Parts: sequence; C-alpha cells; structure tokens
Amino acid sequence: MSYIIKGETGDWEVVIGLEVHAQVISKAKLFSGASADFGAAPNAQVSLVDAGMPGMLPVINAHCVAQAVRTGLGLKAKINHRSVFARKNYFYADMPQGYQISQYDQPIVGEGTIILDMPDGSTRAIGVERLHLEQDAGKLIHDRHPRESFVDLNRSGVALMEIVSKPDLRSPEEAGQYLRKLRSILRYLGTCDGNMEEGSMRCDANVSVRPVGATELRTRCEIKNVNSVRFVMQAIEHEAARHVDVWESGGKIDQETRLYDSNKNETRSMRSKEMAHDYRYFPDPDLQPLEFDDAFVAKIKADLPELPDDKKARFASEFGLSAYDAGVMVAEQANADYFEKVAKISGDAKLANNWVANNLFAVLNAKGVGVAESPISADQLAKLLVLIKDDAISGRQAKDVFEIMVATSQDPDKIVEERGMKQITDTGAIDAAIDQIMAANADKVEQYRAGKVQVMSWFVGQVMKATQGQAKPAVCQELLKKKLTP
Amino acid sequence: MTSLTSLTIAEARDKLATKEFTALELTEAHLAAMERAKDLNAFIVTTPEIARDRARASDVRIQSGKAGALEGIPLGIKDLFCTEGVQTTAASHILEGFVPQYESTVSQKLRDAGSVMLGKLNLDEFAMGSSNQTSYFGPVKSPWKANNRNVTLVPGGSSGGSAAAVSGYLAMGATGTDTGGSIRQPAAFCGIVGVKPTYGRCSRWGVVAFASSLDQAGPMTRTVRDSAIMLKVMCGHDPKDSTSAPMAVPDFEAALNKGVKGLRIGIPKEYRPDGLNAEVAALWDKGMQWLKDAGATLVDISLPHTKSALPTYYIVAPAEASSNLARYDGVRYGLRVPGKSLDDMYGKTRAAGFGAEVRRRILIGTYVLSAGYYDAYYLKAQKVRALIAKDFTDAFEKCDAILTPTAPSAAFGLDDKQDDPVAMYLNDVFTVPASLAGIPGASVPAGLNSEGLPLGLQVLAKRWDEETLFSVCQVLEDAAKFPYLKVPA
Repeated sequence: MSYIIKGETGDWEVVIGLEVHAQVISKAKLFSGASADFGAAPNAQVSLVDAGMPGMLPVINAHCVAQAVRTGLGLKAKINHRSVFARKNYFYADMPQGYQISQYDQPIVGEGTIILDMPDGSTRAIGVERLHLEQDAGKLIHDRHPRESFVDLNRSGVALMEIVSKPDLRSPEEAGQYLRKLRSILRYLGTCDGNMEEGSMRCDANVSVRPVGATELRTRCEIKNVNSVRFVMQAIEHEAARHVDVWESGGKIDQETRLYDSNKNETRSMRSKEMAHDYRYFPDPDLQPLEFDDAFVAKIKADLPELPDDKKARFASEFGLSAYDAGVMVAEQANADYFEKVAKISGDAKLANNWVANNLFAVLNAKGVGVAESPISADQLAKLLVLIKDDAISGRQAKDVFEIMVATSQDPDKIVEERGMKQITDTGAIDAAIDQIMAANADKVEQYRAGKVQVMSWFVGQVMKATQGQAKPAVCQELLKKKLTP
Repeated sequence: MTSLTSLTIAEARDKLATKEFTALELTEAHLAAMERAKDLNAFIVTTPEIARDRARASDVRIQSGKAGALEGIPLGIKDLFCTEGVQTTAASHILEGFVPQYESTVSQKLRDAGSVMLGKLNLDEFAMGSSNQTSYFGPVKSPWKANNRNVTLVPGGSSGGSAAAVSGYLAMGATGTDTGGSIRQPAAFCGIVGVKPTYGRCSRWGVVAFASSLDQAGPMTRTVRDSAIMLKVMCGHDPKDSTSAPMAVPDFEAALNKGVKGLRIGIPKEYRPDGLNAEVAALWDKGMQWLKDAGATLVDISLPHTKSALPTYYIVAPAEASSNLARYDGVRYGLRVPGKSLDDMYGKTRAAGFGAEVRRRILIGTYVLSAGYYDAYYLKAQKVRALIAKDFTDAFEKCDAILTPTAPSAAFGLDDKQDDPVAMYLNDVFTVPASLAGIPGASVPAGLNSEGLPLGLQVLAKRWDEETLFSVCQVLEDAAKFPYLKVPA
C-alpha cells in the first residue's frame, strides 16, 4: 500500500500537504454586495469596493461566515468564535486594493479531520490544519491586445475558503483521495460546488521527500494552482521523483514556488524564496474582529445534512454494503440518495447496489451525465428490481428491459406489458412446447436416454426459443427432466 | 452683502428661517469672498454652479417649510471626502482628475441636511502634514498676520484649507478629518473651533483613507455651537463602515448650556514638559481659571505614556497608510506613468504621483510591517497604544474632561525652513494621544500670543461623551472672548 520511490541510494517516501481554495457558494462577495455568479461579461459584477476605489470599505457578508462555520463543522474542526481579518500586501494588476483581505494567525476554523476511503476498503485520517476566509483576486486577460493586458474584476472579492491540510499525505493516491473526499464533503454541505475546471476549487500542493524511516521534514516546494485531481496526482508524482533525483545527485532542494505544466508533465520554478513576497500581514483596521456566539454555531449545526462518513456507516449497517461499496455510493450525495430510494422501494439493497453501481453508473458514465440526468428514475429502477425479485421476468429479460428503459425512459411494467415479456409460469404452455420439440427431435431424445445428459441444455434452449424467452429456465429444466426420463 | 459672511451658522439658520435673506444671497456672498481671497489657496476646486443650484433648491425648501438642519448653509468640503461628480484629489498628483461617482457618507449627510457645497478644500497630501505645505496644489496661507513681522503664516494641517476658509470667512463651516491632530491643530493655528469626535462616530465611507484606525471626520467652525450643529448632521451609524458605531446621536446643541458646575477637569502633568512655550503655558493656566470660575474642580492627573504617543503614532499611522495607499497604482484611475513592465509602471507612477512626505511615510510603514521588524515595531506600537488608551481610561476615573494646550506653539511662517520632519511631527504632540485612544477632542480658540496670533486650548472627553466636551468648550469660548479676525472689507 505504501508509496515508495526506489532511489539509487535507497527508498524514499513523499510528504504532501495540500492547500485548497474553495469558492464559497454565496450570491454576494465576501465584503461587497456584488454578485459572485460565474460567467458574466467582464467587469459586469464589480462594486466600488471590489474595484478598490478611494474611500471604499469592506463589510463582511454574514452568509459567507456561516458557510465557513458550516464547512468547519463538516470537517469536525474547531470553530473559533473570534477570528481576525488581516491584509496580505502585494502589488498585482488583478488586485485593486493592493492587498488581499485574508486571515492570518487567527483563522475562523482550526484543526479538523478528513477520513480517506482507500480502494482496499481501509480508511486513513488526515489532519486539517485550518480553514480561513479570504478574497479572490480578479483575472488578467492577455490575448485581446498585442501589448496590453485587460483586467476583469468579476472575481475580485469573491469569497474563498482556504483549507490547509497537515503534511499527513504520503502518496499521490492519497492526495487524490483527499481532494475527492473534501470535494464530496463540501458538496454535501452546499458550501462549495467543487468544480475544479471552472476554478471554484483550486489546489496548491506542498511536496517534499525523505528517506524511509526518517522523521525530519526536508525542504518543500509548493506547486501552485493545479486544476484537476488527476493533475495534482501527476504533479506530486513528478515533483517527488525530481526531489529524489536532486538529493541523490548531491544537490539541494530550494524552497520555491513551482508551476505544473500538464502538457509536458513537469513542474518548473515560478518564484524562489529570495523572490518571495514579504506580505506584511497586519490586522485589517477597516474590519472589527469577527465574533459570534454559541447560538450562531448551534443553529448551523442543527441544519447540517448527514455527511459522507455517517452515511457510509449507515449504508453498511442498514443495507449491508461492504465498506468499499458504501464508500463509492456515498461519494456523491445525489448517487447516495438515488441508491437509497431504489434500495428502500425494492426492498433489496444488495440487488439495488449491483444495479446502481454496475448497470446504471456504466450507462451514466458512457453518457457523461450525473444521476440527476439519469434516463431512469429511482422509482423506475426499483420497479424493475421488484419484477426481478418476484420472478416476473428473467435476468435476461431484465437486462433487455433495462436497455429499453435507458432508451425510452418508460416504466418497466409498461415495457414488459407491451412487449408481452412476462415470464411464463403456466406449465401447460411449457408442456405443450416440450411435447412438440420432443416429437420433432426423436434423435436427441434417444441420445439423452442413452446417457448423453449434456443435450439437456440444448432442449432448454429450444424451449426458451419457442416461448420467446418467457419461460423460466429452471422450470423448463424440471419439466424436461420429467418427460425425457422414460 | 459682505456682512452675511460674518454670521455664524446658528445665526444664518435663524435668519434664513425668518427670510431675512435668501440662501442664494448667502451663497453668493461666500462665493464673492472666495473670489477675493483666492491667494489663500484654500480651495483646490471651487464649485460655484453646484453651490448656486443647491442654494436655489434650499430656498425652495425653506419656502415650503421643509428646511433641513443646515438648510442653505454654505460649507467647504475637505478634498479628502469623495464628492459625486466633483474632482477629489486628497491634494495628491496621483489622484489629479479623479472624479468619484459616489458621495461620502458624511458629505451626503451634509447635503441631505440642505447645506451648500462651495468647493473642495486644500489639505496636506493624503492628510499627511501639519502645515498644509505638502499639498500638490500648493500650500494654503493663513488669513492671520503676525503684528510684528510681515510673513505668510501656515494655517496648520492637514485640514489647512478648511481652517483658512472658515477663519477667513470664505465658508461658514467646513469638514475636516483628524488622524493625529489634523482638525484640532489647524483650528488652533487659525483661531477657530475644531472637533474630532470619538472614533466610530462619523462614517469613514467615501473618505480617502490615511490611517484607518485613526481617521475621523469632524466639523470646523467659528463657534462651538456651530460645531455642535454640524457634528449632529455629520455623525451616525453607517452600515457601510464596519468601524462606525451603532450609537444614537445625542443633541449636542442641547449640551451647550449645561455649564461645567461640578465637573472635574483633569490637568495632565505630562503636557507641561520642560521648555513648554511660556505663552502657551500661560494660556493654559488661564483656561484652568476660567473653568474653575465657572464651577469646575481641577484635578491633577497623570497620563504616563504620553511621551511614547508620538513614536507610536509614527509607526501605526504610516503602517496603515503604506497599505491604504497601495491602491494608487495607475491601473484603474488617477495618474498613470507608462512603464516597460507592470512593476516599472507601478514604480514610475507612484514616484511621480506621491510627494516626498507621502513617500517617506509609505517607506516607514512598509519597513515597520516587514518580516523581522513587525514584532519590534508594529506589534510593540499596538501594545503601547493600548497602554495609552488605558492611561485615559484610568484618568477618566478621576475626571470628566481634560484640558491641555492644542499645539506647542502658534502658527509658524510658510517660509520657515522645515528640513526636519521630526520637528514638524512635534506639532501633534498634544493631539496624537487622544487619536490613539479614540477619544473625542476639540480645540477652542482661547487667546492670542504676543505676536497677535491665535492659540487654542484642547478639551478631551470620554469615549462617546461629546456632550461633556461641548459643555466645557462652550464655557471656554464664553470666557475667552476670542478676538476673531475682522471680516475682510
């Protein structure tokens, strides 16, 4: 399980900490009333505050505070009833105030935990160091003019939660799992949509390596703004290998900020430590310390949904799913809800798990859609499972019905009814078919009676064919046995 | 018409109500006075057309019985307040030509109360200075003259344009802002009343920020009553400013008649250092006697951290300023000097846009916030600031208000060499402690020195107790019988 880099001088392990910037789901920005929606025309959503106009002042958006607390509770983290906004000072054209309002030594959320569900069904607890609120910057547009860049401030001032892990991750795989799990929790909570492609969730990875068995941390590099789980994993893998190469060739890793190039699958230096900004953090004198009472937290707590870990445990105990199956099923809340509905209506959780996890997910993946856009509703799938359970249709028929449901979104009852696919339970009809087949194939009957019992399967096939698959194979076999045995 | 400019706000308010003259006549009188006194350089921009429009609108409201608290009163607005559609510069080249699309909360309140804006008043660049000599638009001259030498005097700063305009009868009142003494010191230099209310009393929204934790707007007028009238309009909770307090606004004018009988007036020993100007010390003694005569008790108090106030201020204020002024980068508004790269543009724009004093304070502020120096300077300064605030809290256990001189000297000459910035900073030695503590303070013109130049007395009160502040100021004003400048013919 453990991830070891085989070097020339020995085995190395990788030490990873992740900083995730998660955009808070909120109508308005962190310190202004401007809309935080994605996709508007450039500079259509910019208030005087967001543009850093003279004399403008920030006012905290209470909803964003509640969202941060909600996220902290979801991460089982310490909620700080008093936190302080600080200014992070540096110049850049996408940052109109000349500083970013963030939180420094007194964040709104302290230490918490994220449980990783590993593919082998095991779990691993990863520490969360802190979560703090901060403003996003604007965006520079470089491709509209040969010499000048344009500034779009729509994103300027949008609320972000920076969620910092402890350096507890030990493999690219774990880093990937951490991101998936964090995203899952954020989506359950409704505090971030977790969309890495649109940039509403971004990840910086701090990577270092050390010989297996060593306890001290070596110099780390920070890989900035990687925009997919897969790229984060690739970037870490590449960066860790680079560190091992450097150390083993007698070199030294310099603390620096690096960029990951997914086309070349390499990282390259962006800023050395010497070039690092001195951010001159100090408490923002435009804002009072952020304070709230127990009642504020209690109200948010009372409103928390069942989170993935709890749901996973319940799916295991209530529905008898394996840890792995339950973990897969709860990763997306919509999937979990869908499964739970199918399981409850059909009354058969294992069958529900098989059909949802295998058949349905295969179809959805092929279509590239989520369960919300599924052509088959949970009610419909449950009805299909009921037909299977009641022996009303055969397994083969069920698969056919499922295909038709995918294509037409019709009810399984209606499909079975219209196509006359009901399994024949009337033995009289099967008897008649058997008699007809035996009469027409006296040689096969002889062979069977001479001891060549393998022809039985041929007879079953013939009966199934004659009944257009509506006969139940077990019943056919039973009746055939009786008739063939002299 | 000239005599109209000699009226106080209170008098004009009453006479407008009884229709002795119109708001337009009152405004025209002031516009004419401004025209005659152009050489004072009190205004960066005059807005006669806006003034006339608003005065006419005031006359309509007066006619229909809908007069506001400052209906038809011509005021000057310090050019640190953003004014909708009117250039706002903070007296800096970097903001030259900047026309806000918004009105600061304080100037909006004054507008809503019916006052008439005459123009934007000159100041030290970004309110950094004590003599109004750092303005990009040139220094303001005090309307006062020494009786024994023919020199042009500074009006004080940073609200030097405000002080000169009000004392010279160009405006009935003006807005000022006070970060370390920028209302009180120029008020003292120009022989007018200046009130810095409790931090959080007036909204800072729309006021170009110098040092956010210290900046407070306040009125500058010729009488205590006029300041009470103006402040009532200017202050009040503003949800757009997180540091503005949700406090009810008292009727300051009603507090003017309360007197000081039974009040305990603290006299801090630390404000009488060796070498204190003898005339300033003598006036202070006189002020004590006036209050005693009016029934107050004098109490010796100690504000032990007073000597640390100035160095503390010159860490905290530049630190905040270095960050507050980062937005003037040439990207979105104001001056832009093109460069070969973004950094080059920043450097060239800010080098050309900021004057020497502003650059000095940005450098100091950047230094004290830097990694490795933060604890030794900024953090230490914050701790000392808390001790200074505690000095006042402790002192106010023993007294209801404090009396001190406002400034260590009378106004100095415009051409007096000011090579040493620290010597200039010493002008604020008596005003800075109250700023750091966030308590209200006012300067009342109390007498003239041997050169015939005004000296002010400073009154300090507890947080949110501007009413006591006004009561004490009124008694001082009544006793001082200050010889105001004659209205220019």
